[in-house]
Amino acid sequence: MNLSISNIFESVGDYWLLMKRAFRKPEKWGIFFKQFITESDKLIIGSIPIVALISLFIGAVVVIQTDKNMNNPLIDKMYIGYMARETLVLEFCSTMVALILTGKMGSNIASELGSMRITEQIDAMEIMGINSAGYLIAPKIVSATILSPLIMLMSFIVGLFGGAMVVAILGMISMSQYVTGLQYSFNPWYVSYSMIKMSVFCFIITSVCSYFGYYAKGGSQGVGRSSTKAIVMSCALILVFNYLLTNLLL
Amino acid sequence: MITVKNLCKSFDSKLVLDNISISYKPGNCSLIIGASGSGKTVLLKNLVGLTQPDSGEVWYDSHLFTSMDETARKDVRRNIGMLFQGSALFDFATVEENVMFPMDFFTNWSREQKLERANFCLKRVNLENANKKMPSELSGGMQKRVGIARAIALNPKYLFCDEPNSGLDPTTSIVIDRLIQEITKEYNITTVINTHDMNSVMEIGDQIGFIHQGRLMWEGSSSEILDAQCRELNDFVFVSKMARQLKGME
Repeated sequence: MNLSISNIFESVGDYWLLMKRAFRKPEKWGIFFKQFITESDKLIIGSIPIVALISLFIGAVVVIQTDKNMNNPLIDKMYIGYMARETLVLEFCSTMVALILTGKMGSNIASELGSMRITEQIDAMEIMGINSAGYLIAPKIVSATILSPLIMLMSFIVGLFGGAMVVAILGMISMSQYVTGLQYSFNPWYVSYSMIKMSVFCFIITSVCSYFGYYAKGGSQGVGRSSTKAIVMSCALILVFNYLLTNLLL
Repeated sequence: MITVKNLCKSFDSKLVLDNISISYKPGNCSLIIGASGSGKTVLLKNLVGLTQPDSGEVWYDSHLFTSMDETARKDVRRNIGMLFQGSALFDFATVEENVMFPMDFFTNWSREQKLERANFCLKRVNLENANKKMPSELSGGMQKRVGIARAIALNPKYLFCDEPNSGLDPTTSIVIDRLIQEITKEYNITTVINTHDMNSVMEIGDQIGFIHQGRLMWEGSSSEILDAQCRELNDFVFVSKMARQLKGME
């Protein structure tokens, strides 16, 4: 990746110009909503199985690890549930899930748009007089940004369920202790904070990956390079924005 | 009528189009010929606005296309149809949906009306019973036909074809050439075709412009090309030893 200062400024400028084009008034709202539904199905509904699977097992692992690290007999075992809840809601269900989604959703977007670029499908739309960025990119960004907080909520619930599953199977604490821990000192703002983070992260994933895919060049190798750049850049930005949002919101 | 005046374009200080001036008349198949890398595709991309020339003018009838902003260009582009070298069919849509795509954006027709028009266009290019197929299920020749059907879906005034015969066998090439010629005459379209296929030149070339190293070296008709006194053109047309002997070049 060429990281010269002029290249960075040029890329940032191109990115904002592309976003400006993408969010122009759609040619037809009906087509936009149709695309919104299609993209929601592909990007959000399609991500549910992988997010659920990972959340289930991470929830279970967090409970086991917390239990193994709580040897002090003076600390109540119900804190296992408390720790699992805090770990999941504060970091895992937003930041970690976003990084997972970068691989799943981001590579899909970058390679799809990249293929369309090199096979001249995007040029074909432009020649027809269609705002290709508005048709192809805006629905992806809008659907992921609006609906991703639901993915975060689902991940949170499934993660807690994974913890409960381990408690039920291994019996290191009673289920009532685990549930007491989950309810202990609950701050609802943490859920909102996590949902906001998820929304911002999904905006980053969809817009950055769209940018790299949309301007892909150089055949199939170029599409591959664009996908890699898109994922690396999205991950880096997610980590930076995680720090900024945590400073800002907590 | 399309008029090009003093068009120049360079990439990284390499002059690709050097002061091109030419006019294309309605009802004519106008061909741009030249060797690979001579600047044909760049000229075509400048004509349709996919790249911006460094200097010079492109006029569509009385509209100066090169000085228009994106919004004004859209109105001109709605009168443009384009057949791409690789067909550029949308791989997320069926044949029928590909042809209906521009109608979805620029007409308020009902689905039945759009379907009727799509069927008419597909019938016109002799491609029936393929409505529900995906582009990947079609042969190269069939993809070109769908590309033509999509290009004429909104009754364009201008039709651009970038290497319509590339990748096709000679028989299919002639079929595609004749189809383009018939449609041009039938609807009085201003057709500009970019090719290096001499069969096409002899078959449908009403007006031919030969480009060599970015310069328009010769202009004439298919009947004049064999007797042309342009050395670069003769080197391009009479490539084989036998042809050169017949021409008296060896």
